[in-house]
Amino acid sequence: MSVISVENVSKSFRLTAGRKLLREHIADLFRQTSHEDFCALTDLSFRVEAGEGVGIIGPNGAGKSTLLSMIAGLLQPDTGHVEVSGRVAALLQLGSGFHPDLTGRENVFLNAALLGFDERQVNEVFGQIADFAELGPFMDQPQRTYSAGMWARLAFAVAVHVEPDILIVDEVLGVGDAAFQEKCSVKIRPWRKEGRTLVCVSHAPTSILSLCDRAIWLDHGHLIQDGPAPDVVAAYSAYMSSPHKGLPPSSVLPVGPPAVQQSRPSLKRPSKARV
Amino acid sequence: MWTGSYSFLLRNLIMKDFKIRYRNMSLGVFWSLLNPLVMMAVYTFVFRNFFNTTVPHFAEFLLCGIVPFNFFVAAWGGATVSLIDNAALIKHVPVPREVIPIAGVLSSSMHLLIQIALLLILIVSFGNGINIYWLWLPVIWALGIVFVSGLTLITSSLSVYSRDIRYVVESINTLMFWFVPIIYSFAIVPVKYRGFYQYNPLAAEIIALRSVLLDGQAPSGALMLKFVLVSAASLGIGLLVFHKLKARFYDYL
Repeated sequence: MSVISVENVSKSFRLTAGRKLLREHIADLFRQTSHEDFCALTDLSFRVEAGEGVGIIGPNGAGKSTLLSMIAGLLQPDTGHVEVSGRVAALLQLGSGFHPDLTGRENVFLNAALLGFDERQVNEVFGQIADFAELGPFMDQPQRTYSAGMWARLAFAVAVHVEPDILIVDEVLGVGDAAFQEKCSVKIRPWRKEGRTLVCVSHAPTSILSLCDRAIWLDHGHLIQDGPAPDVVAAYSAYMSSPHKGLPPSSVLPVGPPAVQQSRPSLKRPSKARV
Repeated sequence: MWTGSYSFLLRNLIMKDFKIRYRNMSLGVFWSLLNPLVMMAVYTFVFRNFFNTTVPHFAEFLLCGIVPFNFFVAAWGGATVSLIDNAALIKHVPVPREVIPIAGVLSSSMHLLIQIALLLILIVSFGNGINIYWLWLPVIWALGIVFVSGLTLITSSLSVYSRDIRYVVESINTLMFWFVPIIYSFAIVPVKYRGFYQYNPLAAEIIALRSVLLDGQAPSGALMLKFVLVSAASLGIGLLVFHKLKARFYDYL
């Protein structure tokens, strides 16, 4: 059964959307303005089955985080559909959902509440979270005293223990050490056997290979390759270190899984659209 | 779709605000008491000695106005920027958005509770007894919280789109001081303005509080009807506006 289905999804961001001045909003009411679009994802389609571990790879600006935000339900596509069934826990940025002045213990409760747990459930799993994060006496210290690795350990510990059906992780584990990464993968494997799904973004081939058995390669919002993690990671690594880098990936791919997109991935030309 | 426990989440968000505010202060919640007490002392001194006010029990009279007004200003002003302050949460955690400004208002309500305790202790110790109409008090304060929650849903979502909104709120709060009966009595409002004046829920709250606490009377039915109507309308409009605007929070934060 597909737990995530992404169908013909496109998303662009208006480059002028960050405007915050009142006079500009008022001015917009009286004149038609032009704006430029940045196309983050173009006609993307794939499905994820329950229990899969899917790694999303690609260079900066490929649309990976936009895609994760959509799966997490934070962002709506302009066209196409994203359907997700089950409870989602998202680790999209280190530290969101935690407050530096609260202790680790207080933050566990806050974060678990944000992820949809109630008090009884948090009390039940608190011991396991503390064991997994291995913070020792730091659990009762303000979180601002933590290193990045400690933040990541605590965030991941909470996210895996709130029993989500789908766990979404964006490059958060990269700051953990090798031992912690190993611990995560030991935790994730049996967890996936229970039918839970992992979708993660990482620039580290080793974490993709240890956590996922499928990988999706994105470039400039286009799906370049979707297949077994070792194959896709190898093709991506070869492409990134090859002299062809910069050419459309589809033209330099070795024979193998069909390149889904034939067109050269590129920035959509800024359009002078009318509002 | 988020399926968690709203009450547990709200409780955690409120406790977060409360703990953060007081963790690094040696006087802690004492600050919540100090501000209204100092205002009460200074205003009473000025009005007794400079203006020769004839209002009896001026200190308690004043506190009945200051406590709701302080809450209104702190809750509305503070929670108007709650979405901007919690931008990371909005952009990265799929939690129902309404919870953020409501938690902002409710964490100010914690200070309100402390100030209410102060107000009631002073009222009783100055010799105004407890009466059956005190049963109105929870209703009056709840309506005050409903009213400011509605306003906050509107201004917090608008301020995502335009950061100037907080200054509009601050200006309204400054003016509001004169449009509610804090330093004067409702009785001096000219009769022709009185009906309209009562449509301001903050004014209605203070008038109703004074009826109960100082005069030992139930608040008038017409006043309470206006209070209920405008507060409910505020919450209804607030939820509608918020629902309409929340779709594009991601783009503007």
